[in-house]
Amino acid sequence: MPEPAARKQRPKYLNLMAIRLPVAGYASILHRLSGAGMFLMLPFLVWLLQMSLSSPEGFQSLGAVAAHPLVKLILLGLLWAYLHHFCMGIRVLLIDVHVGVEKSAANASAKAVLVVSVALAVILGGALLW
Amino acid sequence: MVKRVVVGAHYGLKDWLVQRVTALLMALYTLFMMVAAPLAAAGGYEGWRGLMSHGVVQFATFLFIVSLAYHAWIGVRDIWMDYVKPVGVRLALHVATLVVLVGCAGWAVQILWRL
Repeated sequence: MPEPAARKQRPKYLNLMAIRLPVAGYASILHRLSGAGMFLMLPFLVWLLQMSLSSPEGFQSLGAVAAHPLVKLILLGLLWAYLHHFCMGIRVLLIDVHVGVEKSAANASAKAVLVVSVALAVILGGALLW
Repeated sequence: MVKRVVVGAHYGLKDWLVQRVTALLMALYTLFMMVAAPLAAAGGYEGWRGLMSHGVVQFATFLFIVSLAYHAWIGVRDIWMDYVKPVGVRLALHVATLVVLVGCAGWAVQILWRL
């Protein structure tokens, strides 16, 4: 085993509250959070799929389930999570093929992801849930 | 010159690639569904069922389900690896994640193939 070049103070413990992240950092953390949230809600989503395809009555009762304020809030959150994860994923794929790697472009695309996903969530959520 | 000794489990590159391929498949499916689902659902239950029981759509939906399960496995596993240090707890969380993902995937496939 090679000896490490210099034994610094490891592990480093960073104070998350004192760190100012770039926009892309926030977009990245939200990518992770949205993914985790969708994972936790996965059984609920499969249950909704099952209900929608079970019978005409089941299909109709989707509206009744979505009428509950708490369910509306969860569905709106999931809609945003999907949109954010989707947009951020596109950004990651583009950076993989060396599109928008420069600092200014990467900053702009991270901001675009944050804005577009919220805007689309409001528009689509408004159309589908209200 | 420093000769780098590669250590680790060597699944990094494969996982990186899988995460991209599954993401692309799901993105394409999403774009298709954003158009097809509202159109089909406008026809009520029969329209929605008609879409989901179509052979090509079933093929694509099955791919989506498998992609989602694999994609979520890599993503959620990485979250546990990043934040949960005790090996026993981490192992338990990995197993629980697999159980949820395989269970949900099987459940979704069964809904699909019963149509």
